[in-house]
Amino acid sequence: MSGVVLAILASAGLLYVLAAVDLRWSPLRTASWLAGLAVAAGGLTGPLAAAHGDLRAHLAAHLLTGMVAPVLLVLAAPVTLLLRALPVRRARLVSRVLRSGPARVLGDPFVAVALNVGGLWLLHVSGLLGTVAHSPGGHLLVSVHVLLTGWLATAAVLAVDPSPHRRGVVARAVALGAGMAGHDVLAKWLYAHPPDGVTNAAAGARLLYDGGTVVHVLVAALLWRQWYRSRAAVRDAELAARPAPV
Amino acid sequence: MTAPGPARPDRRLLLSGLLFGVGAMGAVDEIVFHQLLHWHHFYDRAGGDAALVSDGLLHAVTWSVTVAGLALLADVRRRGGFAPRTWWGAALTGAGAFQTFDGVVDHKVLRVHQVRYGVDLLGYDVAWIGAGVVLLAVGLALLARSRTTTTTTSADR
Repeated sequence: MSGVVLAILASAGLLYVLAAVDLRWSPLRTASWLAGLAVAAGGLTGPLAAAHGDLRAHLAAHLLTGMVAPVLLVLAAPVTLLLRALPVRRARLVSRVLRSGPARVLGDPFVAVALNVGGLWLLHVSGLLGTVAHSPGGHLLVSVHVLLTGWLATAAVLAVDPSPHRRGVVARAVALGAGMAGHDVLAKWLYAHPPDGVTNAAAGARLLYDGGTVVHVLVAALLWRQWYRSRAAVRDAELAARPAPV
Repeated sequence: MTAPGPARPDRRLLLSGLLFGVGAMGAVDEIVFHQLLHWHHFYDRAGGDAALVSDGLLHAVTWSVTVAGLALLADVRRRGGFAPRTWWGAALTGAGAFQTFDGVVDHKVLRVHQVRYGVDLLGYDVAWIGAGVVLLAVGLALLARSRTTTTTTSADR
């Protein structure tokens, strides 16, 4: 099972590198993509994924798959690369899909963050975790879901790739903050009400809380850095810094 | 974005200070009272689920506004609009308002947690809320003074 996952991740890396080679694409973005895939591989297939019933290992895997890997994958701007690598007609098709109604709804930061954190709550508070943890297929399915919703939420907040309906920085920062709140409350909840049949619940909850804080603050810093460097902010600053006409 | 009027950088400077002050006060609470003194705990059995929600929420809010406040500060400095007295006034106002809110609403009204456990609380509460009120007063006084100085300098121009 993990062989299939590794094969998919390796082909994703290979395709990205092949597309980037001809385009004078930023090596940093390529490195970010490969690192993101490696982290995802670690979370999906490593010893952490095999440690059933150990909440600390499970949540460490969650941090890697659902938070660290998505940030790295988003920073690699794969959709921008895809649009530049494809022939024009196919690139238009991709951008039509990106502009479609469902993509607009899913790509809204509030929807994406709600899906991500909602899924996390459902998994840990409803007892679903106990049910799926013992079937390897179910566990992998849940982990892939965690990777995809984490990626969607991070992509919607950071909007590195072109998004036709991008919200302003304040809305995206609020969505991120709301997600962080849901995440922090869940970590405390797990500490106070450990699920049945798991070990290391307290340590796992602390790890989720502290690790989540680090990643969330990092994403917030990236978001605001993007705003600081955005064209509108730079233009405003130049206007304001120019001495006022007398 | 509307046309940048003369009031805009000043408003951004104030907002930056306020956000940073609120966030910094939250960080002081976490570092001093959770990590160093161990008076507060990651989870208080006494507080129940309401405390858990309010703690998680405050943690997210304080970190988010700290980052936002610093980004706005960087932008204000780039615009050449940084006025230390106004910024520190706003920061202390934010910090004092947060501390007072925490002391009055969280500790006394909602009773989600207390300053310290197993002691007579009165002195601690007076110190906690008093510190908030003092910070708030100093911040507002600085803001008032910065306002008068800005008015005179702009009148000189």
